[in-house]
Amino acid sequence: MSKLSLIVKREYLTRVRKKSFIIGTLLAPLGLLVYFLVIFGLTKYSSGDEIKVAVLDEGGMVQQLPDERGVRFIPAGGKTFEQLQTAAEEGTYDGILRIPALGSFQKKEHTVFYYSDKKLAPEKRSVIEDRITDKIRDFKIDSLKLDPKMLDMLNTDVALDPEKLTESGEDESRYTAGVGLAIGGIMAFIMFFMVMMYGQMVMRSVMEEKTNRIVEVMMSSVRPFDLMLGKIIGAGAVGLTQVVAWIVLSGAVTLLMPMLMDIDPAAMQQSMPDPGTAAAIDPEEVENTGLRIMAELSKQNWPLITSAFIIFFLGGYFIYASMFAAIGSAMGDDYGEGQALVLPITIPIILAFYIVAFVGIRNPDSGLMVFASMFPLFSPIVMPFRMAFSPPWWQVGLSLVLVLAAAFFFVWLAGRIYRVGILLYGKKVTLKEISKWMFYNG
Amino acid sequence: MILSVQNVVKRYDKYTAVDHVSIDVQRGSVFGMLGPNGAGKTSLIRMITTITGPDEGVIYLDGEKLHDRSPEKIGYMPEERGLYKKMKVGEQLLYLAQLKGLTEAQARKQINHWLTKFEITDWWDKKVEDLSKGMQQKIQFIATIVHQPKLLILDEPFTGLDPINTNLIKDEIRQLNEAGTSIIFSTHRMEQVEEMCDHIVLINHGKNVLYGEVQAIKNEYKQNLFRIQTETPLPEGFAGQYDITEQNSHSVTVKLPDDSHSNRLLQELLSIGVRITRFEEILPTFNEIFIRRVAETAGGQ
Repeated sequence: MSKLSLIVKREYLTRVRKKSFIIGTLLAPLGLLVYFLVIFGLTKYSSGDEIKVAVLDEGGMVQQLPDERGVRFIPAGGKTFEQLQTAAEEGTYDGILRIPALGSFQKKEHTVFYYSDKKLAPEKRSVIEDRITDKIRDFKIDSLKLDPKMLDMLNTDVALDPEKLTESGEDESRYTAGVGLAIGGIMAFIMFFMVMMYGQMVMRSVMEEKTNRIVEVMMSSVRPFDLMLGKIIGAGAVGLTQVVAWIVLSGAVTLLMPMLMDIDPAAMQQSMPDPGTAAAIDPEEVENTGLRIMAELSKQNWPLITSAFIIFFLGGYFIYASMFAAIGSAMGDDYGEGQALVLPITIPIILAFYIVAFVGIRNPDSGLMVFASMFPLFSPIVMPFRMAFSPPWWQVGLSLVLVLAAAFFFVWLAGRIYRVGILLYGKKVTLKEISKWMFYNG
Repeated sequence: MILSVQNVVKRYDKYTAVDHVSIDVQRGSVFGMLGPNGAGKTSLIRMITTITGPDEGVIYLDGEKLHDRSPEKIGYMPEERGLYKKMKVGEQLLYLAQLKGLTEAQARKQINHWLTKFEITDWWDKKVEDLSKGMQQKIQFIATIVHQPKLLILDEPFTGLDPINTNLIKDEIRQLNEAGTSIIFSTHRMEQVEEMCDHIVLINHGKNVLYGEVQAIKNEYKQNLFRIQTETPLPEGFAGQYDITEQNSHSVTVKLPDDSHSNRLLQELLSIGVRITRFEEILPTFNEIFIRRVAETAGGQ
């Protein structure tokens, strides 16, 4: 076995066998499950017990109101306000709802009164308001002898569908942008996360070897470049293992979730925060949207996107991990002291992420985005995001060439810094000094 | 010759760590590399172990110019040494041995041999961090020699070792040397050299200031000092006749013009009936030689 592969093997195995890795890999999807369950539980949660509300309908606009989310409407049935008041005091009702007559049809606002000594929860208050609003609308339609079907015709749902001017251009539907944003955003985020997390892992591991004083023992067996590269590859493989494990486990969790929650789609709609709009979407339309998104997803050039993502991932990871390794080699035992050296590396990563988050989302083809998707320090995060919006192929190609060239350059450069830094003890190092090391002879 | 360093120079920035140093290490010898801290010993060793390359000059190991696989013939225990703390003893030794070019089977065999020799076979599955400092040093030593190097380089090997472990390691070094391993011993503690080394090089400010066989150097630097211990007092006029450098109630140290005078002095004293209990030549220690040599080279420049 070559020395490099021995190093990679050790770096990989020691990390993968660590308890913290196993726990982290298993717990993250479980955490996701718990998160969903909590969210689900919170949306299901209704405020307090059911309240009984006597409805005194003075205008005769509201007949029977349907019970909903902890509110039971009981018609007054000819009882006067005073009688209801006595009944409420005896505990028959929790409150009395008095709905005065509307008076004029022109009226756009109407006040109803709720009498109770108990505080009305905001959720119940909006339930009551919404129900009465609906009823008054029905009452107005009825009294004005309007045709509800014709009223429905007044509503038109406008959707903008982008089309290419030239024949050759690919047709885009109104969903293209949204699906693109989602795919691009997810890819950019994974990239950001992996580079930050595993880059810093490489750095800590380099520092550990230095503080353990094992590094000179190692240097007498292997070339410093092999040790650094082995570490970068090993940690990168751990990262990939973790991401793959997460994807598989999250997939399993997503499949399991509906079973665990024991819900059917109808109930899901019921629990939607705004039942008014939810009711307006007709089931056929929902199915249609799902189909269109599926169609949009299948329209993406997945082999291209995936392979480009992997190459950008490798490029970005090698660029940043090698810089982290170089900085780690220069640092002493004190992590805090080294923060000043770490900052110049984390700034471009964060900047790239911000460019995607604040510029890319509004306009993926803007000048800044085109530049950022070419510049090798940004492109690993920015280009995968743009990929979902079918940028010109030459831009993708050029960006790939640049990022790979930069990866080789940075690994080489980091190797030159590493071999000097790693054997240096008890000295506080500045960036200026590190830059000098690049020019030392072997 | 196992090692030949020829006119080697190493510069860092504006400062020259090793300045035209040449040394030859004979096969099977114990070679001492002496010098104060910061003299350039470690820089020189790093070039021999291929950790760094010389700016000028060449190094031959076992008849070949240093190359990628040269480290496999060298066992190096650096002054700054350590192990992977979280790794188990067995795994760690296997890893380090394989990096020195052994196959896994060879490595296993060697490791078992050494663990058995030190009676620590039950340590295989212990994590290094759970071992005491002395125990870790033993593992470190095994890691250095597990691949049966032809040349063993030990940089301050006894720092941090208790007397028992020091003797144990010294013993192993001696055995390895008897079995044919050449040894380079780097230290700033000169007294260790006298008991273990046959040849030395003395380095100061990156320069070779003294180089040769231990006994020959001592003879060269001796000052013809003789200590005489007597039971009866020395004759009157003795002080006027000889250059006395030190005197106390029972003994006197004299400096003779050359070492052939020693017999004459002894005869003279015997003939007048002085009872002598001790008569010995005082050879300089390496500490003294070093200080003199440094003063000479500084004065000469």
